[in-house]
Amino acid sequence: MTTTDIIVRLVLITVIFLITLVIAMYSTYAERKVAAFLQDRVGPNRAGPYGILQPLADGAKMFMKEEIIPARSSKFLFIVGPSLAIMTACIGSAVIPWGQTLMIGNYALDLQVTDINVGVLYIFGVVSLGVYGVMIGGWASNNKYSLLGAIRAASQNISYEIAMGLSIIAVLMTTGTLSLREIAAQQHGFWSHGWFTWNVFKQPLAFLIFIVCAFAETNRAPFDLPECETELVGGYHTEYSSMKLGFYLFAEYINMFISSAVMATLFFGGYNFPYMHHLGLSANWVTILGVIALFIKIFCLIFFFMWVRWTLPRFRYDQLMDLGWKALIPLAIANIVITGLVMNFIK
Amino acid sequence: MEALSNKRRVLEAKPMTFAERIYLPAILKGLSITLKHFFRKSVTVRYPEQKREFSENFRGMHSLKRDEEGRERCTACGLCALSCPAEAITMISAERKPGEEHLYREEKYAAVYEINMLRCIFCGLCEEACPKEAIYLDGDIVKPDYFRKELIYGKDKLVEAPLNQ
Ligand code: SF4
Ligand code: SF4
Repeated sequence: MTTTDIIVRLVLITVIFLITLVIAMYSTYAERKVAAFLQDRVGPNRAGPYGILQPLADGAKMFMKEEIIPARSSKFLFIVGPSLAIMTACIGSAVIPWGQTLMIGNYALDLQVTDINVGVLYIFGVVSLGVYGVMIGGWASNNKYSLLGAIRAASQNISYEIAMGLSIIAVLMTTGTLSLREIAAQQHGFWSHGWFTWNVFKQPLAFLIFIVCAFAETNRAPFDLPECETELVGGYHTEYSSMKLGFYLFAEYINMFISSAVMATLFFGGYNFPYMHHLGLSANWVTILGVIALFIKIFCLIFFFMWVRWTLPRFRYDQLMDLGWKALIPLAIANIVITGLVMNFIK
Repeated sequence: MEALSNKRRVLEAKPMTFAERIYLPAILKGLSITLKHFFRKSVTVRYPEQKREFSENFRGMHSLKRDEEGRERCTACGLCALSCPAEAITMISAERKPGEEHLYREEKYAAVYEINMLRCIFCGLCEEACPKEAIYLDGDIVKPDYFRKELIYGKDKLVEAPLNQ
């Protein structure tokens, strides 16, 4: 690796980090607007035109709030909790291929921080780390509601990780690789050999299981039991205030963005879009359009997350476990078997 | 026992069908309903800029009335304060001096008349109690404020504007 490489990587990391933060910020705004529209309301419209400055106002508010660390809490872990939550949320973006290669002069810039050949496993590792932020925070608060929220988060995430992992195995059987870049490249274009190239059309059941699990992993409604306000005050972040609370809420939106990006890459062809090589554009333009296409897919998925949140009521705890263990895991295993059989017979 | 009406229904807990058990059809139905609302016009009235018309018997801010000659009607009898369930009204009475006949209709008048808008529940009992038809709750909504003391309204805010001379 040359010095230019390192500098370019650092710049890329910074840019992706900033984009992640801005998108997470505006997701809070989008969430409120979507909620409002779904309920025939207007939503935030006071800060700036159409309330566009609302996230900034919210951020400023979070910073101004009084910082409370409960006397009975374990202080160190209390601070580690939210830091861990936001850190694990951010590092997931490292392996996502944001686009193809961009040629700047003679320098080939891969629009991906790093292409490790076990990208999918890395994502899973990061996702399972995410629950520690919630668990440590809930434990350190020394509050029964926080503890209950943390326990729920832990058991929910562990149960749904299994189904998520199993659902992805079927996809990996068809792709034959764990590298996200290659998976994206295999879904080139939109249509070839008489069938769609995107994985969602090849593995619809896997996608369905995956997205349900993604809802559970990001603690979003209808699986937001860890912070279930009606039963647990605020769940694991009951005792948190000021920017530490902000970090937890922010981590949720970053997680939503990253999991949308992962889903777009795994199932919706990532940066690929229909007719990408029949438009007669230069490679750089195709790359740039691809990045835009990827972000459009991500935004649609984020919208779907919000749409579901403001439609469905929360699951009961036993229903959640029932769904995870008795429905999704058997379905995922069946999907693997069917995929295996089909691949065997078609070959 | 004889049923009182024919509205009684005996419900039995049916086992859920397969479609109900896999949730998906119900979820899709729910999503389509919310999506329909997404494109519907919002029903919000953007309050400070847009106002809905008040009902005819809306009770808003109080005003102390003047008579046809522009004199204050209130005679500081204290009946409004007495009738007020929230104890929001206080007043200090004073005697009318010669030469003030054009200002106050009665011989006794309220030199200080205060309503604590934080206590007032806008029940309108003061209006009903007043024998001189001096107080009416015919104003607008009382505006909020950052300070409590600003919400104790004195005569400067309550008395009707004088007739134009
Ligand atoms: S409206 Fe009711 S509460 Fe308010 S001042 Fe009059 S009597 Fe008191
Ligand atoms: S407002 Fe009416 S009831 Fe109240 S003190 Fe004046 S005259 Fe009496």
